[in-house]
Amino acid sequence: MSLKRKDLLSLAPLSVDEITLILETADSFKEVTGREIKKVPALRGKTVVNLFFEPSTRTRTSFELAAKRLSADVINFSPSASSVVKGETLLDTARNIEAMQADIIVLRHSSAGAAETLAHGVKSSVINAGDGWHEHPTQALLDLYTIRQRGMGFEGLRVAIVGDVSHSRVARSNIYALTKLGADVRLVGPPTMMPWGVEKLGPKVYYNMDEGLRGVNVIMMLRLQLERQGRALFPTIREYARLYGLTAERVRLADPGAIVMHPGPINRGVEIAPDVADSLSSVILDQVANGVAVRMGILYLMSGAG
Amino acid sequence: MPILIKGGRVIDPGRFVGMGDVLIDQGKIAAVGPNLSAHAGSTTIQVHGQLVLPGFVDLHVHFREPGFEYKETIQSGSAAAVAGGFTTVCCMPNTDPVNDNQAVTEFILERARLAGLANVFPVGAITKGSEGKELAEIGDLRRSGCVAISDDGKPVMNSLVMRRAMEYALAFDLTVVDHCEDLYLAEGGCMNEGLVSTELGLPGIPAAAEDVMVARNLFLSELTGARLHLAHISTAGSVRMVREAKARGIKVTAEACPHHFTLTEELVRGYNTHAKMNPPLRTWDDVHAIKEGLRDGTIDAIATDHAPHATQEKQQDFTEAPFGIVGLETAFSLTLGLVEEGVLSLEKAVEKLTSAPAAAFGLKKGTLAVGADADVVIVDQHEQWEVDPSKFRSKSRNTPFGGWKVKGRVKKTIVGGRVVFETSPAER
Repeated sequence: MSLKRKDLLSLAPLSVDEITLILETADSFKEVTGREIKKVPALRGKTVVNLFFEPSTRTRTSFELAAKRLSADVINFSPSASSVVKGETLLDTARNIEAMQADIIVLRHSSAGAAETLAHGVKSSVINAGDGWHEHPTQALLDLYTIRQRGMGFEGLRVAIVGDVSHSRVARSNIYALTKLGADVRLVGPPTMMPWGVEKLGPKVYYNMDEGLRGVNVIMMLRLQLERQGRALFPTIREYARLYGLTAERVRLADPGAIVMHPGPINRGVEIAPDVADSLSSVILDQVANGVAVRMGILYLMSGAG
Repeated sequence: MPILIKGGRVIDPGRFVGMGDVLIDQGKIAAVGPNLSAHAGSTTIQVHGQLVLPGFVDLHVHFREPGFEYKETIQSGSAAAVAGGFTTVCCMPNTDPVNDNQAVTEFILERARLAGLANVFPVGAITKGSEGKELAEIGDLRRSGCVAISDDGKPVMNSLVMRRAMEYALAFDLTVVDHCEDLYLAEGGCMNEGLVSTELGLPGIPAAAEDVMVARNLFLSELTGARLHLAHISTAGSVRMVREAKARGIKVTAEACPHHFTLTEELVRGYNTHAKMNPPLRTWDDVHAIKEGLRDGTIDAIATDHAPHATQEKQQDFTEAPFGIVGLETAFSLTLGLVEEGVLSLEKAVEKLTSAPAAAFGLKKGTLAVGADADVVIVDQHEQWEVDPSKFRSKSRNTPFGGWKVKGRVKKTIVGGRVVFETSPAER
């Protein structure tokens, strides 16, 4: 079986079978990342371009490592070093890259829909590495992988996503994927950070964190964008941390075997207490490790090699 | 040279509806009625039952000149206007420089005269540079030819400034036009706030951003007694408030755009930049409310908000692309859609394109009364055609209606007794 898609832009249109295929493909690459020689020739001769219009260390590094471990040639392209400052449109930049025979373009952009716009304009495969507040499909896939790695099934799984859902692409991708897989998704945060009508997409909304965490199997924390303070979304970081910060005490409200996730980078002492981040229930570093394997799987499937 | 339009179905809203002829002489309407005979030396146009209507009046266009001639010029905009049956257009002041002084107004009028197609009436700015701070020289603007004032696109946020503008405008009997949008509530938004914006992860503009400003303006109009015109209303809330304000005797008129009674926010899916305009496309509930407002007379006029943008601008990603679509060459057909649906009678539809908008700004246009300027449009109500943006007279192609099959085609447009547009043989 292979992924019959040119691009990976969003998890909303993916079927359960497609998601499962990606996770299973990642399994076989997970094994590679544990070897002493962490490299396979699957993408030899292919070119992967990381086109990052927004600063990102973790996602870009993860994609770069994934592509290199598949023996692809990798180019990193970031706006400060490119012609974007000269007024070139996204599409023109991408067409130039395509003209250099890029097989896969990995795009990070601050505008929702940028990946879709790009995908319509180029023949290369496009992987969305985060577009505005819209989606971050590879992050959600590595989250799913990490949950599954812990032996948890998705059907009936209780997952709380906590924080600024409105401005979170990670939340949207996870909502689409987890609901599709049959999980019981809860969103926890202040009403100012819930997008209009989000419960119509399936999840239940909680403004009280203690209620929202009761009995859940997975606590997925979102990063608080500290610069949003002063924009009337929340009064102070102090009050936000008190109302929506994950403490050891609050973890105890969840199911005893619950895991704590975070897409990073974490604000210690804001959305997550340091002892929780470093606790046994935290799988934050597993997420990072799995990110490489999952992205290897995605690159492999998108390259047509699958 | 006199022109006799013979054998048409004449609709002059509120004055004459029926089979008849229209005689034009010296650039004016000389007679309307059955079986008119030609003057010596007159040209006769046989129209075989096609509609003969007063030329359409559009209260809301952006002709981009001076400053953005790559999007549209007064020449190309006027050509688009007459191709769409519009003989009179009111152009918004958000040019560069802003039309906030006599020199810019005179420049626009001169360009319009050189184009020699439609009547182009400038709308002057309310405040200097449309910055919302100090009043523009409104008396001068009026004297040099502005027919209304508006800070379109940059609504006056300061309610005291708006109050003073309304008071001051009373001295010149000028209508004050507002693009109703609370810029704080709308901050950063690029589509309607609702389930679609939630799914697409796009920042939304809530209906309330329009509603609160409509409410403010209605109260200020009541306070000052000024004549208020609300541009492109798009929400059910606006319609409700205008209906109630009219019942209370407030001097308000309102316009709606074809896209707001035809399309919804669903069109944004796929990040379609031709579905990006301000106010944004809303929900079906809003569309129904707009239609009801048109039907019961709450909304007086249909205006296009013709907003040309270059292809490369609309090719940017959705959040970067500018707001707006062109509308002059599709508005009449989309309005006829309301007649087909039974929302408006044909006469009412014509009224909303002619005499009603003219009355909102106090223009002596939009009528076939004897002695009026001979601005006439002849249309085939039944002819079907496919919207092909590459054939637009406008310089820009930014329309969501490309490929639509619509009914109702403009055949001939006459301005001041002169034929300024005819469907070319290839299009017949």
